[in-house]
Amino acid sequence: MERRIGMEASIAMAEAVGLCDADVVSAYPITPQTHIVEHLSELVANGELDANFVPVESEHSAMSVCCGSSAAGARTYTATSSQGLALMHEILFIAPALRLPIVMAVANRSLSGPISIWNDHSDIMAERDIGWIQVFVENAQEAIDLTIWSFRIAEDKRVSLPTIVNFDGFILSHMIEPVLMPDREQVQDFLPPFEPLQRLDIDNPVSMGPVGIPDVYTEAKYVQHKLLTDAYGPIVETFGELEKHFGRKYRPVETYRADDADVLLLTMGALGETAMTAVDERRKRGQKVGLIKLRLFRPFPYKDLLNAIGDKPVLGVMDRAVSFGGPVGPVASEVKAALFSARKHPLVPEFIVGLGGRDTSIADFHSIFDDLFEAAERDTTPDPRFVGLRE
Amino acid sequence: MATTFSPISVFAARLMPKEQRFVSGHRACQGCAEALAVRMVHSILGRNTIVASATGCMEIISSSYPDTAWTVPWIHVAFENAAAVASGVEAGLSILMKKGKIPQRKIQVVGMGGDGGTADIGLQSLSGAMERGHDMIYICYDNEAYMNTGIQRSSSTPYGASTTTSPAGSLSIGQHTWKKNIPMIMAGHKIPYVATASPSYPFDLAQKVKKAAKVKGPAYLHIYACCPTGWRMKPDMAVQIGRLAVETGVFPLYEIEQGVLRITHKTPELRPLKEYTKHQGRFRHLDDATLEEIERRVLDEYRKLERREGLAL
Ligand SMILES: Cc1ncc(C[n+]2csc(CCOP(=O)(O)OP(=O)(O)O)c2C)c(N)n1
Ligand code: SF4
Ligand SMILES: [Mg+2]
Repeated sequence: MERRIGMEASIAMAEAVGLCDADVVSAYPITPQTHIVEHLSELVANGELDANFVPVESEHSAMSVCCGSSAAGARTYTATSSQGLALMHEILFIAPALRLPIVMAVANRSLSGPISIWNDHSDIMAERDIGWIQVFVENAQEAIDLTIWSFRIAEDKRVSLPTIVNFDGFILSHMIEPVLMPDREQVQDFLPPFEPLQRLDIDNPVSMGPVGIPDVYTEAKYVQHKLLTDAYGPIVETFGELEKHFGRKYRPVETYRADDADVLLLTMGALGETAMTAVDERRKRGQKVGLIKLRLFRPFPYKDLLNAIGDKPVLGVMDRAVSFGGPVGPVASEVKAALFSARKHPLVPEFIVGLGGRDTSIADFHSIFDDLFEAAERDTTPDPRFVGLRE
Repeated sequence: MATTFSPISVFAARLMPKEQRFVSGHRACQGCAEALAVRMVHSILGRNTIVASATGCMEIISSSYPDTAWTVPWIHVAFENAAAVASGVEAGLSILMKKGKIPQRKIQVVGMGGDGGTADIGLQSLSGAMERGHDMIYICYDNEAYMNTGIQRSSSTPYGASTTTSPAGSLSIGQHTWKKNIPMIMAGHKIPYVATASPSYPFDLAQKVKKAAKVKGPAYLHIYACCPTGWRMKPDMAVQIGRLAVETGVFPLYEIEQGVLRITHKTPELRPLKEYTKHQGRFRHLDDATLEEIERRVLDEYRKLERREGLAL
């Protein structure tokens, strides 16, 4: 039976990892990820989770330990943020190439410099192309559900790819929220035991991570791309399974009051909650705004996104990171790429919001909605705007 | 001075396993003593072994897909993290055994890297793995430079050696720093077993590998690995050069068991350094004065080592 309980999102996530009976947890502390790994260490220390907790000397080693333990056939978990994720960068590319179904939480945070411990998406946008499955969550319940789901999808033999659960640092990680915490039996019913595709086994020796000469490298990369793209099917299927087991529905792209909207706004992560409140306020004023929430970032759900946009004339995109000197907003640039092949596409005004912990208020959302209506009226795309920028 | 074997080693000859785990067909250069050392180590460690290798010569020459020289499970992730990967394998295996998910048995986990992967870029990850007390062996195959990328200097390159990034020139004698002492840094981690070894002394090496495998907890082996290509010498001299390295005091063979140091191949009278350097192109530019200066320091270091024998470090 589920327990209804108030819990900090980080602790809830760690509890979920415990319910999944992870074998190895290896991590290095960094704000705002610390509560997850502290709680996991506690679970191990108290015998509530029968796992090896490997307290490494860096995130680079955390990801390296994860590669080793996952290759040995152990269900493996880690969590990090910001500089820690950046320090892992090199190894992040190798885990999917070795088909290692590691699960990682990223408590999204800005990158230095200047050093900032606060929330935005700079860390994960710099890791867009690492070849992991990536989802974003909005609240503590989603953090629990999608952590449990991540082990299932990562370890699915058709997929066997590492998976990241992105959750916003502080504005979600440190929030105490009411959640329904499943019990062990429910999780066991949903999550079969980990059976690796291949593992380091003395009875069936394999060489993992060989040299890829030019003759084979292209094929290796093609297969990797195809695997991640084709993971879409199993992702939707296992979202369905998750709903069957836990009663909560997840989709690669989710919408809020979008069907009859005149203008749309796209968000990712915890800002979606504030966005919904702003949408409701606007609707009360009789203005039809709607929301698209990108849940699945990799593989990028092109079709779902195009379906959600339909023939709406304006789609604002909120970005929480900057692609310096380039397309400005990394998510907007992905969205535009998705739209380019469509026959008709909306104007796509870009908004850079909430960098380095800058609060994004309801008023900010309203100013964004104003811009969207203005764009629709003038039928022109405004320049990308840094929302709340002080001159 | 004639080379001597300790009595037990003489009898070990027949006990040397014949079966190879690192097999022929790999792409190492002619006369590569690093490949020789790897072969010896794994014929001794045997079947129940899992290897995590750093990027470097031994990885490149042994694993060009779809070929492999490894008949035991082997994994390569990156350059600086072999110790971390090995520790992860160990952590994975031990918990799976504890939870009854795989059969309970001794599986020796081995991390391996070159001197670059160990003494430089991988030192942090190695220190972490050793400090955490994983039941594993880490082996540094020391060919005294980054050979895989074209003979660049490392912190393990000896004083005076010319490499492609410490070239001898009108203003430079080549490498101008003394070789970093990784075995002693490892001893500083208070791990149960640290040893230096050389494929030129196979029985000494065999005993040390066996001890390292027997130890519960981390063991560190630092193996001298002559690289004819990078040292610019005749490929048929690799084994002989390994002997001369020990006899001149350049690479003393010792072990540190539970913190107590023992020189395993005693060389009371060191041979002149020149006998070692004259065969190697990397030292060819050194004048007599410099060689004498190096020789004095080698002797000094060797005497220091002798004085520490039997002491708890
Ligand atoms: C992070 C990173 N930096 C640099 C390299 C390039 N690189 C590969 S192997 C190597 C040198 C290896 O030297 P060593 O560890 O001594 O092994 P050897 O080849 O001499 O046996 C270097 C610099 C790399 N692969 N990864
Ligand atoms: S370069 Fe040196 S270490 Fe590398 S394979 Fe050739 S001889 Fe061996
Ligand atoms: Mg080297």
